[in-house]
Amino acid sequence: MQRNTDIELRLLIEAIYLKYSYDFRDYSGASIKRRVNHALRQFDCNTISALQERILHDPSAFMQLLQFLTIPVSEMFRDPEHFLAIRQEVVPILKTYPSLKIWIAGCSTGEEVYSMAILLREEGLLDRTIIYATDINPRSLEKAKQGIFSLENIRAYTHNYQKAGGQRSFADYYTAAYDYAIFDKSLRENVTFADHSLATDSVFSETNLISCRNVLIYFNKDLQNRAFGLFHESLCHRGFLMLGSKETLDFSDYSKQFTPVLKQERIYRKL
Amino acid sequence: MTDRDSQMAGLRPVKAVVIGASAGGVEALLTIFAGLKPGYRLPIIVVLHLPDERRSQLAEVFARRVALPVREAQDKQPIVPGTLYFAAPGYHVSVEHDLSLSLSQEEPVHYSRPAIDYLFESAADVYQQRLAAILLTGANQDGARGLSQVKQSGGLTIIQDPDEAQVATMPRAALELFQPDCILPLSGIGRLLVELEHIECY
Ligand SMILES: C[S@@+](CC[C@H](N)C(=O)[O-])C[C@H]1O[C@@H](n2cnc3c(N)ncnc32)[C@H](O)[C@@H]1O
Repeated sequence: MQRNTDIELRLLIEAIYLKYSYDFRDYSGASIKRRVNHALRQFDCNTISALQERILHDPSAFMQLLQFLTIPVSEMFRDPEHFLAIRQEVVPILKTYPSLKIWIAGCSTGEEVYSMAILLREEGLLDRTIIYATDINPRSLEKAKQGIFSLENIRAYTHNYQKAGGQRSFADYYTAAYDYAIFDKSLRENVTFADHSLATDSVFSETNLISCRNVLIYFNKDLQNRAFGLFHESLCHRGFLMLGSKETLDFSDYSKQFTPVLKQERIYRKL
Repeated sequence: MTDRDSQMAGLRPVKAVVIGASAGGVEALLTIFAGLKPGYRLPIIVVLHLPDERRSQLAEVFARRVALPVREAQDKQPIVPGTLYFAAPGYHVSVEHDLSLSLSQEEPVHYSRPAIDYLFESAADVYQQRLAAILLTGANQDGARGLSQVKQSGGLTIIQDPDEAQVATMPRAALELFQPDCILPLSGIGRLLVELEHIECY
């Protein structure tokens, strides 16, 4: 016999899918359950059914719930060793390409996008690159487009930038205004921000490099396989795939279709 | 462990063991794993709080001193019987219904990521009464809630005797919340691990 909360959780996720077309049905069970329980307290709802009623009848409440379900946390140059590895091992190969298309899937509030753009600019590649930055959370995408981040975090980001092999002064890339750092908008000149779900949408372009970091851990195995399938289809021959530091292709259906370039840093190439 | 002891503990067959520890945890874990023989068949998943968020050597350290294969938990890794898993620093670890592990970077629980509560609650959901959960020494409240959830799901709950624990805060916090199936010193917990495997076989 199923427990009430498990039944209610399933119904909530089904309701979200039917009403708003966001598909959380194949997300990791433990995480989604915790997220919903967390939201219950914030929404002051006693049961998941009560929350379901709220979000079915009130789209703005759903938008609020989406903020809990999507875990919109990021950092600039998160895992600096990863970005250092890109600079040292991947960039020399990218430099041999006449033009570049990069897909950052699950870009959240944009920190990863600006990090990548800064790296590419320093390596002289940004001008011939198109970046697609996608996510399912419209609020996060909006923030990403603005490129305004809290000054509070800039110290940590500066440290990350330096550890990632940054060549200039990090302050060259933003202007400080009150409590915010406003990033140089030329960094996003070639960036297209777009709503795209790895759970429901299909491939939109051929790409040379895909970075999808700290997104797949929230998916179950089936949904991970779907996402890897999209990446495989989108990448050109020998295209690069980059994952978060604890994510791996090893347990997926696609482990044989990619080869690790730097296993520790989760950098792979399509075979 | 004598028959009387195992009756007292209300032992029943389990499919997995989860363990949470914080300050003083490395020594405590080495003590309870000392009696495990190669070929031990239960999977054991451990959350041990560490001060540093970055790369850890835990798996290496334990691999040299424990008879079971030792792994740092990876996302979507299938849980293999007879393997000892350690949560990776900076990530919560959970058990999924298909008996694999998932990682997450949700906010810390009791300032901890990985959090013991996170592992225990997810494992309780999946294994229900087929789970043994052990809470050891620590200077933190983490694990108390998760352990009580294991109890509610019918699992076996064990707390290290706070009088013996290097830091008693964690065991005490759990004892304030509910009465576990057993309160044992490390030597007793070590024997219980062996016993749990025996009853699992028959
Ligand atoms: C933890 S953030 C990762 C941000 C960034 N990539 C990083 O590593 O710092 C996870 C992001 O994945 C997005 N996401 C969740 N489900 C998704 C899906 N089905 N398709 C695309 N993005 C998704 C969330 O909205 C969230 O912004």
